[in-house]
Amino acid sequence: MTTTTRRNLFKLAGGAAFVAAAPAILTMPVRAAGNRRIAMIVKNLGNSYFDACANGAKQAAGEIGGIDIIYTASAKPTAEDQIAVIDAQIAQKVDGIIVSANDADALVPVGKKAAQRGIKVMSFDSAIAPAGRLVHLSASSTPLIGAKQVQMIAKTLGGKGEVAILSAASTMTNQNSWIEAMKEEWKKPEYKDMPLVATVYGDDQDDKSYREMQGLIKSHPNLKGVISPTTIGIRSGAKAIVDGDLVGKVFITGLGLPSEMKDYVLKGACDTFAIWNPVEYGYSSTFIMNDILNGKPTSEGSKLSMGKKGETTVGKDGECIMGEPFVFDKSNVEEFAKIF
Amino acid sequence: MNAPVTQESQDRYTVLDRPPWRLRDALLRWEVILVILLVLTVVVNSLVSDVFLDVYNLADATSNFSEMAIIALAMALLILVRDIDLSVAAIVALASMSIGYAAAAGWSPAMLFVVGIGVGLLCGAFNGALVTWFRLPSIVVTIGTMSLFRGLTQVILGDQALTKYPQPFLDLGQNYFIQMTETSVPWLFVPPVPLSFLIFLILAVVFGIVLHTTAVGRKLFAIGSNPIAARFSGIPVDRLRFFLFVLSGIMSGLAGALLTARLGSMRSNIAIGWELDIVTMVILGGVSIAGGVGSILGVFLAVLVLGLVRFGMSINNIPGQVVSVYIGALLIAVISIPRIFEKLRGWRAGR
Repeated sequence: MTTTTRRNLFKLAGGAAFVAAAPAILTMPVRAAGNRRIAMIVKNLGNSYFDACANGAKQAAGEIGGIDIIYTASAKPTAEDQIAVIDAQIAQKVDGIIVSANDADALVPVGKKAAQRGIKVMSFDSAIAPAGRLVHLSASSTPLIGAKQVQMIAKTLGGKGEVAILSAASTMTNQNSWIEAMKEEWKKPEYKDMPLVATVYGDDQDDKSYREMQGLIKSHPNLKGVISPTTIGIRSGAKAIVDGDLVGKVFITGLGLPSEMKDYVLKGACDTFAIWNPVEYGYSSTFIMNDILNGKPTSEGSKLSMGKKGETTVGKDGECIMGEPFVFDKSNVEEFAKIF
Repeated sequence: MNAPVTQESQDRYTVLDRPPWRLRDALLRWEVILVILLVLTVVVNSLVSDVFLDVYNLADATSNFSEMAIIALAMALLILVRDIDLSVAAIVALASMSIGYAAAAGWSPAMLFVVGIGVGLLCGAFNGALVTWFRLPSIVVTIGTMSLFRGLTQVILGDQALTKYPQPFLDLGQNYFIQMTETSVPWLFVPPVPLSFLIFLILAVVFGIVLHTTAVGRKLFAIGSNPIAARFSGIPVDRLRFFLFVLSGIMSGLAGALLTARLGSMRSNIAIGWELDIVTMVILGGVSIAGGVGSILGVFLAVLVLGLVRFGMSINNIPGQVVSVYIGALLIAVISIPRIFEKLRGWRAGR
């Protein structure tokens, strides 16, 4: 009996060991020899926004050729888990790492370690502090975001009619700086027939934004357009237009998410809205990383390629800007609503 | 089951205080299964990836699990005496936050460690007091304090991060404590060792000695096997349990200090979910959740198995969720081996 049981035990242990080894066996790395490897490490997995970024990165890799994209992230969006993932990429000696950081400062040491071992590090979407990376690609800049929203409503209204702003809370730094940028754009002569009549605050709450929108329509009977530089404001404002039977009389625009705005665009309450396009974001980041790997300088004032998106100029602290926000309308909102 | 004992040890004047050594018993030991697993993990990973057996990569891999492993040592003792501490990760967060504020106030690196360990000690004493004075089940108490401690950090910090630490403190967490030293012999070298892994190694030896060779260790096994009998035998059950909760808090505080030094930044989500990873290490290490069974060697081996499996899978770019699924499956598979074995034996004997 002793021998039988011992044999059983060995069998079981062997089985367990095989189970232990299986995933490693199944995923023998398949990569073309000599290809450059770029790791795109995002905040966490299971996020369709980042999946879209990775698709853009793969598109860019296809255009450039000779590049493999490794798209990965930790299961939890914490700094310590992300560090473990970056460590694993450093261990594989990838050529470049593109990160959307869970914590700007916590990733500095691991970024420095990568640099010491000859790996180029850049961030996109959410920055690593300057000491831990070469460049950071921002989706857009305050002046571009502000100007784009004024241009969108001017296009919808043909440059004529009263316009109001429905913002988030009056204390929100982002929204306030965008409104400043809008007012800057508004000074141009082409907007002289399109006065800004009011700025109201919906505090980024759906019900308050909805009521503020109704209030705007009541107090300004000639109101033609509303700009809402917040995803919650624009969706609540659009709902108020649809519910109030004002489609075609009042239009809303601003910064919104395709998945939330799709219905309102199709109904006509919103002609166009904008936000950055994650596919382009991943695409541009990959082109920039390719330039860095080719030895292009990343000092202030250098130019880096973003493929079809043109060029970007490296600013202070390695900050780069991708471009103006991407505009969504009837033609593309359904496609992007599936992504984010 | 009374196998004949060999002639030498069966001297009629010798009283046996432990059963004689037999190969079968040795092979049946949990630790042997873990060693097989560990060897297989290393062999398979080094076959699949040419970067696995790189001393720097392995050193980096250890730094990603050593803080957890330090807490696992204390958790092993708690589970051994039928208790559990689910608030450990929240204690890490609270200790880390205190360190962050102390660092901002200009305290020295040594004092930052004292602050972390002190906060951990207080949290552990709070848990221990609730469990032993009020006779509340430890799982209930520590689920409560888990929310309490984590909630405190969330309320105080919001979405802010604490990022100002003295450079010597950061160096402790971010540089190798022992540098790579090569000798003239190619295979003879001192590997780079991060501070957290070194502390884990030392503590593992200390915990192993205390648990397996001292009277205190025997008492812990006695409590785990039968707390009521242990109390009637004059063992200060509640005092020891209280002390174990304090110990768990101290280890969590120490881990919090090491983690803060490694990250150089602290948010309220620091170490979130660690309690379950730590319990996984302990259970895989063969410590029985029913109490009274377990060894520090087993926990040590389980820490290495889990750490290297995670590292091995991540250098093959297997997504984090798949790693979690796999580790869950591994845990269930390894735990059920002895049970399947028992059933088989019972079935054979019955026939």
